[in-house]
Amino acid sequence: MRDDNPQLGPSNPTRRTFLLTTGSTAAATVIAAYVPAHANSTAGQSDSPAAGADRPNIEGAVPITLRVNGKDHQLRVDPRMTLLDCLRETVALTGTKKGCDHGQCGACTVHVDGRRVNSCLSLAVMHDGEEITTIEGLGTPDALHPMQAAFVAHDGYQCGYCTSGQIMSAVALLKEPCGPDDAAVKELMSGNICRCGAYGNIVAAIQQVRQNT
Amino acid sequence: MHSFEFIRPADTVAAVATAAQAKTAQQGADVRFVAGGTTLVDLMKLNVETPARVIDINRLPLDKIESTPDGSLKIGATVRNSDLAHHPTVQRDYAVLSQALLAGASAQLRNMATTAGNLLQRTRCMYFRDTAMPCNKREPGTGCPAITGSNRGLAVLGTSEHCIATNPSDMCVAMAALEATIHVQGPKGSRAIPFGDFHLLPGDTPNRETALEPGDLVTHVTLPSPKPGSKQAYLKLRDRASYEFALASAAVVITIAGGTVTQARIALGGVGTKPWRSPEAEAALTGKPADANNFRQAAEAAMRNAKPQSQNGFKIELAKRCLAHALQIATTS
Repeated sequence: MRDDNPQLGPSNPTRRTFLLTTGSTAAATVIAAYVPAHANSTAGQSDSPAAGADRPNIEGAVPITLRVNGKDHQLRVDPRMTLLDCLRETVALTGTKKGCDHGQCGACTVHVDGRRVNSCLSLAVMHDGEEITTIEGLGTPDALHPMQAAFVAHDGYQCGYCTSGQIMSAVALLKEPCGPDDAAVKELMSGNICRCGAYGNIVAAIQQVRQNT
Repeated sequence: MHSFEFIRPADTVAAVATAAQAKTAQQGADVRFVAGGTTLVDLMKLNVETPARVIDINRLPLDKIESTPDGSLKIGATVRNSDLAHHPTVQRDYAVLSQALLAGASAQLRNMATTAGNLLQRTRCMYFRDTAMPCNKREPGTGCPAITGSNRGLAVLGTSEHCIATNPSDMCVAMAALEATIHVQGPKGSRAIPFGDFHLLPGDTPNRETALEPGDLVTHVTLPSPKPGSKQAYLKLRDRASYEFALASAAVVITIAGGTVTQARIALGGVGTKPWRSPEAEAALTGKPADANNFRQAAEAAMRNAKPQSQNGFKIELAKRCLAHALQIATTS
């Protein structure tokens, strides 16, 4: 569609980069308007490398190191920030999705030290020094993880919103105690809701990978 | 979510000392421990919990499962539900606990949720979770809209005119039947609380849910040595096959000699305001032949004092069938 629309101009932004740019501009405006004066004054004195010019100094922020997909990120996070929001808004990895934000849908599933968790119900500060894997760390468009390839082959999605969470759960399942039949897979995948109802194809994709490994 | 100070204590002594400064360890506590976060973070997002300080206990040495010299099993406070469910000793000697844990929540949540956190799991009553509504548990004295409102999922045992909220835990039902003991470290030292004394009935103070006082940190739970030859089962009935809270559940630990029940430990979930041990059902079964008729009699005894609300009367018969069937499963396995 981008090719058909020369009005986008030379920078040729994608929908995501466009939203990221305008989104952060809007956020900066809001922060400039509402951050108290003393917070602004301390921002200038901070020598933390993470508190860059484009980043507001958050009162009560805690320094943490998150190792995400093999790369260390030194961050200062508000203790209220969930791991999900931190990954999406601070580390800018938007593959992990926010669905219900209350641990009921599984769209936010990531791996912490190799185990799948709901990143929406976990505070980022609790994961200082821990190893996080998101969907971006599994494979690339040119070298898909076998589970990603199986989801494509079996059409394990419609709208795609739950897909990264489904795949993160499915990859973790490979290492968990799980019976051989479809019913066992369904039971262990019950924490991932698909509103489009692609469940049959999701189970088929997972079973194919299990049989090949 | 309200702002809070995040604290990572050096040891349990420091954790207890900080928490001891709280005004209460019950609803509205200004200091909270966090482990898995699956209950606390959820309720903080809803502003049902608004602690000023949150103490992260995840890096304290409370994450071990150990057999002790006296034959009991010691389960650390921060042992994840999934690790506990899959532990070989638990699967072999305390199968009812493994089954209950695996019947609860989702695989992701079980990887996060802990032993102590599950003990302190809060009700799913929609009025408790919605700060726009009155709720005696959340704001004492404001009333209980569930009694005249939506109460299909709420309790029929242990209710009061002030609160009919259900305890949602599966793990606790199994621990009640296994006669677990909860070990607490507090500002005045350590103490052991029998499982049945840990959770409180709502009465006229539904905001008080446990025996915990400010500074009390659950350090571990112990399960007594397994009863030789005992048969165990956990059965959970719900609106969908997986990832749903119980409408009724039953945990049974039963010993049979020559076709006669010599000992029974029975607890119910999904129907009580606390994890519901049933001495009535146990007494009805002990000394009787282990057959379907006596299983039904035990179930009748368990639910004799049940009080239905406008929408949840079906739970009484459902819980009876659940218990009778759980006994059938345990004794034929």
